[in-house]
Amino acid sequence: MSTYIIKRFLWAIFLIVCVTMITYVLFFLVPADPARLAAGKSATPADVARVSKQLGLDKPVYVQYGLFLKRLILEQSLGRSYVNRRTVNQMVFEAAPVTAGLVIGGAILWMLIALPVGILSALRPRSLVDRSAMIFVLVGISAPVIWVGLLLQYFVGFRLGWLPNSGYCNVFNPPVGSSCGGPWDWFTHMILPWTTFAILFAAAYARMVRANVMDTLGEDYVRTARAKGAPEHSVVRHHVLRNALLPVVTMLGLDIGVALGGAIFTEAIFNLPGLGRLTVTSVESLDLPTVQGVVVFATFAIIIISFTVDILYAYIDPRIRLA
Amino acid sequence: MSTTVEPSTSTGSSTEDAPLLDVRDLRTYFKTEDGIVRAVDGVSFSVKAGQTLGVVGESGCGKSVTMLSVLSLNTKAGRLALGPEANAGAEMEHYLLASKKHTSLSTGSAHFRGEDLLTASSDRLRAIRGGEIAMIFQDPMTSLNPVHTIGAQLIEAAMLHQDITKGAARQIAIESLDDVGIPRAKQRIDDFPHQFSGGMRQRVMIAMALINEPELLIADEPTTALDVTTQSQILGLIRRLQEERGTAVVMITHDLGVVAEVADEVVVMYAARVVERASVFEVFEQPRHPYTWGLLGSLPRPDAVADRLTQIQGQPPSLLNPPPGCRFAPRCTFSFGRCLEDVPELEGSGAGSHLDACFLTDAQKVEEAQRFVTAAATDESA
Repeated sequence: MSTYIIKRFLWAIFLIVCVTMITYVLFFLVPADPARLAAGKSATPADVARVSKQLGLDKPVYVQYGLFLKRLILEQSLGRSYVNRRTVNQMVFEAAPVTAGLVIGGAILWMLIALPVGILSALRPRSLVDRSAMIFVLVGISAPVIWVGLLLQYFVGFRLGWLPNSGYCNVFNPPVGSSCGGPWDWFTHMILPWTTFAILFAAAYARMVRANVMDTLGEDYVRTARAKGAPEHSVVRHHVLRNALLPVVTMLGLDIGVALGGAIFTEAIFNLPGLGRLTVTSVESLDLPTVQGVVVFATFAIIIISFTVDILYAYIDPRIRLA
Repeated sequence: MSTTVEPSTSTGSSTEDAPLLDVRDLRTYFKTEDGIVRAVDGVSFSVKAGQTLGVVGESGCGKSVTMLSVLSLNTKAGRLALGPEANAGAEMEHYLLASKKHTSLSTGSAHFRGEDLLTASSDRLRAIRGGEIAMIFQDPMTSLNPVHTIGAQLIEAAMLHQDITKGAARQIAIESLDDVGIPRAKQRIDDFPHQFSGGMRQRVMIAMALINEPELLIADEPTTALDVTTQSQILGLIRRLQEERGTAVVMITHDLGVVAEVADEVVVMYAARVVERASVFEVFEQPRHPYTWGLLGSLPRPDAVADRLTQIQGQPPSLLNPPPGCRFAPRCTFSFGRCLEDVPELEGSGAGSHLDACFLTDAQKVEEAQRFVTAAATDESA
């Protein structure tokens, strides 16, 4: 177990270095000068040169990258934004809970939809339930997130007026002057984003759960359980589901990483101040430290999630031993 | 269409003679994308209490499906009751094609201690499965659930049929593991299936099957997936437990060696039908069906010096569209005109319980069997 953790840890360091290095290189391939953007439209070349020196942009790329790594390791600091001089740590710290709320809530919602739909479809293949579910799956997988989001906004938010159209409310301590706050406001503002975000995954997972349950129903040990005289509900619960859901747990770990990326669209549609929106705005203004900050944070998050899933997997599948 | 069977012995006779399991004219059809597969097509046999019935035949001849049908364990299994005058084959196809719920359908009868399992309620069936009739399967590697300890699986089996506490069930489970020769059963009960070897897993399966002391054990090729030394250990174990408890056994196998070793009675199946039914002695000494001759001829004998084993030419027919007449006729060196048109019925030759489904005359059968057995004897003496 301890060798496993050490291996995983070294691997994580390697990943972080790779990912950040690639981000740096990509940024310097962009034919635009962050200093010019930061200095403003009316800046003279001398101003730009001063800003460039101030931000450290006049140094070679590898020196800049070295400084970034040094700061990250020694001060656990992601630096300051080129654009508004706030610390990136603080910006990420503010945006992360919004995205986390969206992704976790979305994941819960998509599992709540996918599990019953997938299991019922598998137990009654070709029934009405199964066929309707598979139509939902087809639509859910094909429909672009943005389209779904806009439709929900228009019909549920605007025409019916049931739920707020967009915006974010803090759960705790809403900032002074904000229009809303508290758990209830937060919840109602998140319903549409969660739904938008979850539909694609709910559809994909329903199909996966259905396929896994159907496969598992044909396993020899399921026949053994029936031959023992176990009633059907107990066969499904004890012998089918646990085995069928093993691969789903793995996929969930991988997909939460993918979902962090997918959150960009949902955050943009519903105007949620999360990591996705932060990335979009900072890429637009060539704000390298902020982009880099989000990248480092997201990499950490994904590493931690996949590590957790591995541990969880070893716990639920006795055949797997971590070494 | 249907095969003749012996006059009924289940009514009015003494319990000693009455068979424990009496299967009559059993048919099981499957619906597949290519059409209806007639996997079992009019099979009759019986098992007496405490005895071992060997069911032999090549892969795909319907051996396993027959026994799974008895317990309604086929996938999405339906059961259909038909009158005695019905054209069973056509009716079955009709119902199966119309059914949305079932992909397999069985008809006929399977009386277990006088109770027809093919019309029994599903509650009653569940009580019988694992309780009075237990089953073990071919591949011990996949027949145990990988995510539960063997203890949990044994305890589940015990608690399904006995009104006992979990602690008591655990005690019984340890005892039955001990009984089948699992060393350190007390510790190993909490291990997972993957921590056991194939032979040990099959022992666990046997322990699980026998935990409720069933009257009938159906063993579906229990030794096929095991190496030879383990095979004989497992057969020895089944035989010992059978003697100790008086359990009847149906041993499904394609291995005539296994049959010779364990069976009292033998049913030879070919292409979804029974072609010969006799005591183990009669099958080996006076076989009457050309298919049985072929099977015996292809059996290696350690004492024989023959260069080549005889081989049955060709492949078994597709059960999607079986040949009319005798299903073995296309591969049979003895076949003549009638074999291709009429279906031979399973009949005895006068007295005895030796039945076979072949149009050859008794004299021909006796002569050919004689030649066959003498040939084997000559090999032995050579």
